[in-house]
Amino acid sequence: MLSRSKLFFPSIALNIRCFSKSATNMSDNLFVHRDTPEDNQNMPFEFNEENKRRIKAILNIYPEGHKRGAMIPLLDLAQRQHGWLPISAMHKVAEILGLPNMRVYEVATFYTMFLRKPTGTYHIQVCTTTPCWLRGSDEILDACKRKLGINVGETTKDMKFTISEVECLGACVNAPMIAVNDDYYEDLTVKDTEEILDDLKNGKQPKAGPRSGRYASEPAGGLTTLTSEPTGPGFGVQSGL
Amino acid sequence: MLRVPLTRAVLAQSQRAGVLATSKRMQSKAPEKVEVFIDDQPVMVLPGTTVLQAAAQVGIEIPRFCYHERLAVAGNCRMCLVEVEKSPKPVAACAMPVMKGWRIKTNSEMTRRAREGVMEFLLANHPLDCPICDQGGECDLQDQAMSFGSDRSRFTDIDHAGKRAVEDKDIGPLIKTTMTRCIHCTRCIRFASEVAGVDDLGTTGRGNDMQVGTYVEKLFLSEISGNVIDLCPVGALTNKPYSFVARPWEIRRIDSIDVLDALGSNITVNTRTGEVLRILPRENEDINEEWLSDKSRFACDGLKRQRLITPMLRKPDGELEAVEWETALIGVAQAVKNAGSKVAAVAGSFVDAEQLVAVKDLLNRLGSELLCTEQKFPTSDGLSGIDFRSNYLLNSSIAACEDADLVLLVGTNPRYEAPLLNTRLRKGYVHKELDVAVIGPQIDLSYRHEHLGSNASIIQDIVSGKHPFAKRLKSAKRPLIIVGANALSRNDGKAFLSSLHSFANQLKPENSDWKVWNVLQTNASQVAALDIGYKPGVDEVIAAGPKVLFLLGADNEAINKDNIPKDCFVVYLGHHGDNGAPLSHAILPGAAYTEKQATYVNTEGRAQQTLIAITPPGMAREDWKIIRALSEVIGTSLPYDNLDEIRDRLEDIAPHLVRYGRLEENNFFAQAEQLAKSQSVAFQGEIDVKQKSLADFYMTDSITRASPTMAKCVQAIKKGQGRAYTY
Repeated sequence: MLSRSKLFFPSIALNIRCFSKSATNMSDNLFVHRDTPEDNQNMPFEFNEENKRRIKAILNIYPEGHKRGAMIPLLDLAQRQHGWLPISAMHKVAEILGLPNMRVYEVATFYTMFLRKPTGTYHIQVCTTTPCWLRGSDEILDACKRKLGINVGETTKDMKFTISEVECLGACVNAPMIAVNDDYYEDLTVKDTEEILDDLKNGKQPKAGPRSGRYASEPAGGLTTLTSEPTGPGFGVQSGL
Repeated sequence: MLRVPLTRAVLAQSQRAGVLATSKRMQSKAPEKVEVFIDDQPVMVLPGTTVLQAAAQVGIEIPRFCYHERLAVAGNCRMCLVEVEKSPKPVAACAMPVMKGWRIKTNSEMTRRAREGVMEFLLANHPLDCPICDQGGECDLQDQAMSFGSDRSRFTDIDHAGKRAVEDKDIGPLIKTTMTRCIHCTRCIRFASEVAGVDDLGTTGRGNDMQVGTYVEKLFLSEISGNVIDLCPVGALTNKPYSFVARPWEIRRIDSIDVLDALGSNITVNTRTGEVLRILPRENEDINEEWLSDKSRFACDGLKRQRLITPMLRKPDGELEAVEWETALIGVAQAVKNAGSKVAAVAGSFVDAEQLVAVKDLLNRLGSELLCTEQKFPTSDGLSGIDFRSNYLLNSSIAACEDADLVLLVGTNPRYEAPLLNTRLRKGYVHKELDVAVIGPQIDLSYRHEHLGSNASIIQDIVSGKHPFAKRLKSAKRPLIIVGANALSRNDGKAFLSSLHSFANQLKPENSDWKVWNVLQTNASQVAALDIGYKPGVDEVIAAGPKVLFLLGADNEAINKDNIPKDCFVVYLGHHGDNGAPLSHAILPGAAYTEKQATYVNTEGRAQQTLIAITPPGMAREDWKIIRALSEVIGTSLPYDNLDEIRDRLEDIAPHLVRYGRLEENNFFAQAEQLAKSQSVAFQGEIDVKQKSLADFYMTDSITRASPTMAKCVQAIKKGQGRAYTY
């Protein structure tokens, strides 16, 4: 058998290697800082009064010596206040926590939800992971791009919308879905997507949740189990027991 | 800037408390050792020992990249995976504490396959640029790939997608970065944050995008930054001045001693064809551990420039003219003979003990006692502060500094005067219970410290017990008072010496052998000179108005045109044409520390010797031999013809000078105090230190002033001051 295969496939064939490598996926974010007019350390950043109160409350959670645990909540506060996370905000957080700046950069660059470049008021995150993709997330993404006239990773000129392609946001049962800032819009069609974007453009806040009329993640065609009244205690137990 | 990771601090506390509690009930006993088997060899280790340490105890070295003895355990390279019997998966030896009865297999099939797998992953994203990489030949990755890697590659880049590429960082003129070669061991990051105390390095991004760097454009500003080059197991961080200069197998390595500060760090001088290419640290637990300051490491290119390579005599028209040795020696001898006993010598900062003794013997034979060092130290007429060694030494020893619990620094900035002493103090601060207070200007020591003020009157307050800090010193178990040599060289230095010394003697440390009084010298030659009997300070020489003055590498401008008589014949004996040489009428070119076998005594009083790495350039000769030759021309031959004979003479004068590597115990503190106390001077004014910031650190003496690399460092800092993220 072996000798025959040798006959048919010259010796190269026997040296075929079983290791294949797909192209490396790299993030489209930059992991070093470049000064830009919008983002440099001379841009002043200060928490507003309300957030300062919040910071105090957050810091109180952490015991003395472990205040650096408040880093992620503080960075999140800064991002919510500013819309994205400029380097001066990272410096501010480092100053509040008494840490070297580098320790804050490390955290801020690790988490993809910290947005280190200027981002629109509405951050449209389109899920394109397998379940959403099977349910047509490509069309949803195209609809967003067409409607806003921008590509993934770009921001509209009026600084209102940014589109990101994201991995699974945990709403697979309601695929396809997009997340706009903190709100999930689920069970989308292209029409739904356009409506949502139109509403946002006009300053209206569309209702979050599934668009298919479902309340949450119950089966789309009606219940398939639990259709009858639940049986009472002692159901099916031998009478002798 | 975090001190101990809190868990460790809490553990230490509870341990201490536990020991106290048990000692009440019974004799405190050491924790019981557990037996483990490394490749079937039984070994008894303390509980908590890691697998890797246990293996080291039976002489088995487990390969590693991220693990380093002097840094925190990271456990992220996975190279040290080993099989433990009954464990389904291999365990990381560097991070896993052993359990009783474990059978660890460091060379089993599973272990070897784990290493091979890790190596394959590391190499999948490591460029194959060994031929153009400076680490080639001394690269951990290369060596371990040979020993533990697979013998064939499965890496086929059929899509030409390329390997992970990372842009290089500019972190200063000393360290060259090629970040694509980085294997993310994070040793440099841990060194920067734990040892150097400069938290500028870190990892940004994650997964395949993770990179080591500074995130913002920033220089890695540390006085011991060069050590990350040694730590880097691959060629990501390499020596910039040494880049593309030589391969390790072309190099001769000679063990030697550093003289650019007074610690006497142990070094290895790397040479090729009579040229010093680079200087690396050599391990010495008592002095430099395995670190080296940037000045000591990178100033070696200063040894090639501004050198005096031929004897010179000043012509009547004022020009210095290169002459033969014979002419020069006859010229100097003539001047010496005419001067009678009005001959003096001033020793600079790089003078070795042999030369000091030869010059002293010569001058004594000529009837002169005018032998001084450039740097002052408080003495008073007749009764001297230098009669007892304990007055001018770092008595407690460098290694013991990390065990102190309260340190008072007076008029010194150890971070730049003795960087490796500062890392000791920082080590004590981070890992033990050491607190530091400073009297002097506001300085950044790389760890938190208390600044008591800069006025000298504070010392008076502490000594008299008025200052609250005096109470803390008195209650401290292992207090240290470290006074800078520059503070003692002030006009009121005597007040520093007498008041602080007697105060130090009043303190009652836990252990009566603990030495509180310490002086941090700044010159490598000072201790030997004072041991041999040179007088500190040039006042006496100036007052005497000598006819012939020998400058032994004295470049710090204590002697200048204005304070010596016009007709004084100045002989400069040294290796660099720096500040001293232009004053001179005769120049006798000597050897630098890499070119002679010579004795230096460090600030703790430990004699060490340098070895000959290269021959002195041109017509330069070993210094004591020049003096020996000169003595013959003068007509009073010195009685030693070779190194052994002059070392015998050294031993006659002070036996410790030839007990190399040994730390001589110093005592007689009470007597020394009596002597020092006899005359008191009032404190005056503010206390200042010369080296306040990193820019002041690099160029301080004739070698570093001649070094282009040191100049580049100063330039980079000055340029960086305008840049956004430099500070």
